[in-house]
Amino acid sequence: MPVIVKVTNLTKQFKNLTAVQDLSFSVNEGDVYGFLGQNGAGKSTTIRMLLTLIKPTAGTVEIFGKKLGSNRNEILREVGAVIEKPDVYKYLSAYENLKLFARLSGMKPSSEILMEKLDKVGLADRAKDPVKNFSQGMKQRLGIAIALVHDPKLIILDEPTNGLDPQGIADIRNLILHLSRDLNKTVIVSSHLLSEIEQIATRVLIINKGKKIIEGNASEMFDPSQTIVELQTFDNDYALQQLQLSGWRNHLQAQRDSSSILIKLDRSQIAELNRELVAMDIQVLSLQPRHSLEDYFLQVTSGKQHVDSYSN
Amino acid sequence: MWTVIQIELFKIFRRPRTYIAFAAITGLIGIIQFGLKLEGDAYVDFMMRDITSSLTVEGKILNGYQVCYIILQILLVHVPLLIALVAADMVSGEANMGTLRIMLTKPISRTRLLLAKFIATMVYTLLLLIWLAILALFLNMIIFGTDDLFLMKSQYVVLLKKDDIFWRYVWAFGFAALAMTTVASLGFLFSLFAENSIGPIVATMSVIIFFTILSTLSIPLFNKIKPFLFTTHMIGWKEFFDIKVNDANEAIAGTIQNPQKIINSALVLVAHIIGFVGISVWVFKRKDVLS
Repeated sequence: MPVIVKVTNLTKQFKNLTAVQDLSFSVNEGDVYGFLGQNGAGKSTTIRMLLTLIKPTAGTVEIFGKKLGSNRNEILREVGAVIEKPDVYKYLSAYENLKLFARLSGMKPSSEILMEKLDKVGLADRAKDPVKNFSQGMKQRLGIAIALVHDPKLIILDEPTNGLDPQGIADIRNLILHLSRDLNKTVIVSSHLLSEIEQIATRVLIINKGKKIIEGNASEMFDPSQTIVELQTFDNDYALQQLQLSGWRNHLQAQRDSSSILIKLDRSQIAELNRELVAMDIQVLSLQPRHSLEDYFLQVTSGKQHVDSYSN
Repeated sequence: MWTVIQIELFKIFRRPRTYIAFAAITGLIGIIQFGLKLEGDAYVDFMMRDITSSLTVEGKILNGYQVCYIILQILLVHVPLLIALVAADMVSGEANMGTLRIMLTKPISRTRLLLAKFIATMVYTLLLLIWLAILALFLNMIIFGTDDLFLMKSQYVVLLKKDDIFWRYVWAFGFAALAMTTVASLGFLFSLFAENSIGPIVATMSVIIFFTILSTLSIPLFNKIKPFLFTTHMIGWKEFFDIKVNDANEAIAGTIQNPQKIINSALVLVAHIIGFVGISVWVFKRKDVLS
């Protein structure tokens, strides 16, 4: 697969804050590239550097095999983006907004094409209404129509499900899958909704505090035979003490607080764990396999600061 | 470039805020016209009170040209605020709405985008002045008629013949457009540094008020910097209404007393416009868009 985006040693320093540090990754053609990180991890700063909204302090970005700095306009003709909130001109109608941004993208679209694009995001019947009367979900759909109006090869969506209801989130998910599978578009999508990324991403990058934690194929990154169970007991401190003395000691995982205990194990070991908890006289309230990516994400981004609580 | 200018003009003239200035000018001129139509003679008597004992003026002093001059003297002090309402909002307003970041992801260079915005601001400024001219000059010519223009300067009086006036107004409005474009370019520059339009509007007006005070104070220290302040030169339009006289102290029709002064003022204003826009481009090209 040809590399569409290649980022090398990208760094952004804001006065005393290093928002992105020495970040390198690549996105292949046809990828749905999940860009994961907690709030403030540097996702938006990175995406803004990909779109030339922010100048990097160091490092290079190549898109379609060309340096972004010296081929900006040529590259951006093939890029569509929604950055955080889909802000558009509230005093204009959906149709006028779409036409305006289509012309800025170098198009001279007919009204039929514009109406077709609005129809694809379910806004054809509201085309002439001022955007100020739109809901957040409708604005988001309009933002996506604007990003796609010039039929770009690369689509960058920064937190596209922010503020959407479950139906809106599902619509965006389906749209991204449609763009990737049916239209062979390359999509970079950032989100803090890990379950959303897991359902659509073919490759994943996790960053934390501006640094790359891990990049790879989603299917390889998470071993499907392994899982993390969340254990809640009547007395978690006592349970933790007992587990640290048992053979399960090396299975204990980092956690953010003491409301539960995380244990990484093979799925086939869950029943065995349950039997031994009972044998250790630990009163189990719940023993629940957790979402693999979410646990992985939490483990790599926030686990280290709490790991000491599990060490002897 | 033309497409971007068209888009910027479309956005300007679809915003309700744009029409505040047109409405304000219409209202203000309407009030002045109404007042002068009702009690214009009293106004003229008051204006002439110091010279009626030594000078007899015949004819219709309060004519359309005279009313236009009165209006320009009053309004050209306040029009900068109306210009700033739009100019200082051109970039900051987009940053506030969040549309700036979408625009900058489109394949247009920042320099072209900014210049297109500035040209659109200039067009708005020109249209505002054309509207001012229609109401203050043409409408008053219809309402009050035309006659010679009698102007009282601080040391002398000027009497311009009826057929030697109109061209002076054309040039005066042209010069006013240059002065207002200078204000627009200043507001435009300030709009790069904020994410709401209130700050740049207030900053633009503060600079104009501050510089105008410096321009009018006759203090030796300030006299040295006055020639470099754009506010000193913004009133250069009045020079078009000073006429040369011959050795017999008779006015020479079709002349301007000090054309070089007008040229110098125009050059200073143009230099300011180039400076403000140049700095704007320089800043905008390096600006990180975080809004």
